[in-house]
Amino acid sequence: MAFVEHSGTEIASAGGARVEDYIALLKPRVMSLVVFTAIIGLLLAPGGLNPVLGIISILCIAVGAGGSGALNMWYDASIDAIMSRTRNRPIPSGRATRGEALALGLICSGFSVAILGLATNWVAAGLLAFTIFFYAVIYTMWLKRATPQNIVIGGAAGSFPPMIGWAAVTGDIGLPSIVLFAIIFLWTPPHFWALALYKQGDYEAAGIPMLPNVKGEAETRLQILVYSVILVAASFAPLAIHMSGWVYGAIALVTGASFLYLAVRLYLSRETVGMKKVARALFTYSLSYLFVIFLALMTDHVGQALGWVVA
Amino acid sequence: MSNPIVPQSDEDRRRRQRRNSIALGLVLGALVILFYVLTIVKMGPAVFTQRDL
Repeated sequence: MAFVEHSGTEIASAGGARVEDYIALLKPRVMSLVVFTAIIGLLLAPGGLNPVLGIISILCIAVGAGGSGALNMWYDASIDAIMSRTRNRPIPSGRATRGEALALGLICSGFSVAILGLATNWVAAGLLAFTIFFYAVIYTMWLKRATPQNIVIGGAAGSFPPMIGWAAVTGDIGLPSIVLFAIIFLWTPPHFWALALYKQGDYEAAGIPMLPNVKGEAETRLQILVYSVILVAASFAPLAIHMSGWVYGAIALVTGASFLYLAVRLYLSRETVGMKKVARALFTYSLSYLFVIFLALMTDHVGQALGWVVA
Repeated sequence: MSNPIVPQSDEDRRRRQRRNSIALGLVLGALVILFYVLTIVKMGPAVFTQRDL
């Protein structure tokens, strides 16, 4: 067991993180979205997978995501301590040490990849390993501090789970799984830039080059609008490739229109207080948008399979 | 990294270690069950078919 870190005057005492701190290190809230999108990818994939293997696959994807979250907290502890949103995480608040986070991250990552490979196939396991590497190394250690496009490229890490779920069943990467990837990938910039707009001071204090504090609010609002338009257009791709039918199309239309409405309102906001309010509304809405879009894909798929819905 | 100091009494520390040990034991137990179930499922229904040796 690791030791509680000390300032030099106090004697370090053994003990360290509690069970709930280890759980917090796995970023359970991020994990829940990863699990949800991975389940959809797995269920939409053609062919079948033994339900037990399906559950094990989802468990592996969840633990792998948790492992990469712990590695992120291990590396980012110093900047997490500066930002109000992350100040209460286990390491900056002193409830866990960096060593504990690193050990947890490595163990979860290693086990999840190995077990997914043994349970399903090595394409899915390779994708999971690449996702963990992409998030922990490419995004956390490099992009996050290097470029205001950090979350655009880094967003790929969060976009892989449905593709891993798909690969667990089929053993390959099909066009529909690339469409699922693209939807999350294009959703990430407006989602995080909306957050960055109303938490701008935080990122600036931590020295992270987020778009609002590098290129300014006006440019960020414009880019949010551009990405929102591309996202909503891409959300109709499942219809174009005959992956989904009109039930999904109708839901994508309504939710996409609301997304665009908020993005346009944000773009037109000039006064700071009002702008931050709209940015917060877009951030919150974007979370439910992704959830509803993926749920609609699933509903449409199940409806067609049961013959309730005509494609 | 300058973490705040977490003062711990011996009793606190022991209680915390005990909870962690139980959690670790449960995780290891779950892994054993997981590998067992995984093996049976991968072997398929044939595992229940008796064959003459």
